[in-house]
Amino acid sequence: MKILAFESSCDETAAAVVEDGRKVLADEIFSQVALHEIYGGVVPEIAARSHLEVISLLADRALQKAGISRGDIDAVACTYAPGLIGAVLVGVNFAKSAALALGVPLIPVHHIRGHIAANYLAFPELEPPFLCLAISGGNTMLVDVRSYTDMRVLGRTRDDAAGECFDKSARVMGLGYPGGKPIDDLSKQGDDKAYDLPRPAVNDGNPYDMSFSGLKTAVVNIVHHAEQTGEELDKAGLAASLCRAVSESLVSRTMAAAEALGYAHVAVAGGVAANSRIRADFESACQKAGKTLYVPPLRLCGDNGAMIGAQAYYEFLAGHTAGSDLNAYATMEL
Amino acid sequence: MTYTTHSEKETEDLGARFAANLPAGAVVALYGDLGCGKTAFVRGMARGMGIDCAVTSPTFTIVNEYDGPRPLFHFDMYRLGSADELFDIGWEDYLARGGVCSVEWSENVPGAFEGDEIAVRFEKTGDNDRKITIEGGPLC
Repeated sequence: MKILAFESSCDETAAAVVEDGRKVLADEIFSQVALHEIYGGVVPEIAARSHLEVISLLADRALQKAGISRGDIDAVACTYAPGLIGAVLVGVNFAKSAALALGVPLIPVHHIRGHIAANYLAFPELEPPFLCLAISGGNTMLVDVRSYTDMRVLGRTRDDAAGECFDKSARVMGLGYPGGKPIDDLSKQGDDKAYDLPRPAVNDGNPYDMSFSGLKTAVVNIVHHAEQTGEELDKAGLAASLCRAVSESLVSRTMAAAEALGYAHVAVAGGVAANSRIRADFESACQKAGKTLYVPPLRLCGDNGAMIGAQAYYEFLAGHTAGSDLNAYATMEL
Repeated sequence: MTYTTHSEKETEDLGARFAANLPAGAVVALYGDLGCGKTAFVRGMARGMGIDCAVTSPTFTIVNEYDGPRPLFHFDMYRLGSADELFDIGWEDYLARGGVCSVEWSENVPGAFEGDEIAVRFEKTGDNDRKITIEGGPLC
């Protein structure tokens, strides 16, 4: 079954063709990063307009790369939530029209389910059940993937996403946007014990919930104190200490959940999975606990269409299709 | 009216008391730097309005919607550059829905409000201490 899949939830427009959930025939991405760089972030209206301009071209290019024609498409899929609402709407409406015109089923896919499914593309042997930590600029959640379409959120951030903590810390440290990569790069030259940062604990109720807002505030306080006292800020040390604090929060909860559920497979998904400290810490924790770690290659960690096409196949098998009344949503439970 | 809080919890509690008596259609403009407690205050507001769900930062999605007896629309203008962009994402439609609109980083959208908004200004006076000034609206 060949699925033409679209992703447009943030600043990446993507179209892909995926066969039977596992085989990528084409994976076309148009990034708007250059467009948004001058504004220091994603500007929603620009994002929506830019999606609109390129989505049709990308669809044609994906078919061409896959070496198939429109008539070969068995279903059309799209991200329908969560994301910037104007941006998501473009993908939803284009997918709806395409499905209607081709007379094939329309499959809505939750963006985070797509990120989790990126693992199916990278690791053909991986099958549910497993535990997955989904970490990106807008989301941080620990998910019990019981089957391809039956998922339970075990814990999530109570405030800021892990990626947001990196972005906002980078801003006060004067490192630009997006902040994940500059902080990661800088941290490699720094001492991860240079600053004593809090390990935000969420003590009421759910042991798997996380919090990153207090960590961001601690970084802000350190930068301000340095400015006020004229003391030189050890930026590399702060970046390294921050990566360590974020990583320890994520790894400890993920490993505790894997232990509690008895899972031997632990997966990580989303853009923040690109952070080298987080990758390294997961590798050693899984090795120590005798668990197998799955982290997709960088290209599949960011937003892409192939992951949507992968998840769409399993949603289709579960009967999750939509009609022309499908809407886009900024927020949506997994 | 100016309030002083000494922890995130106290900021949240102040938000809850503040929102308990807010009229439907109220616009709450929040001002203050990173890490001043704006999201904590809005989390309190949701609790005070009887909304029972996790309130997280809307920086990525620009707006989060919370359903309750009165809906709460939680905006974050952190990534916006002007009031025009607020209108582009349907600001007027949200106003017409009769909920409470709280807007973080209102300093990024000067001119977006019509003068009937309640301004809440956050100032950091210590690592955990915050001075919170509420201009207009019911007492809390």
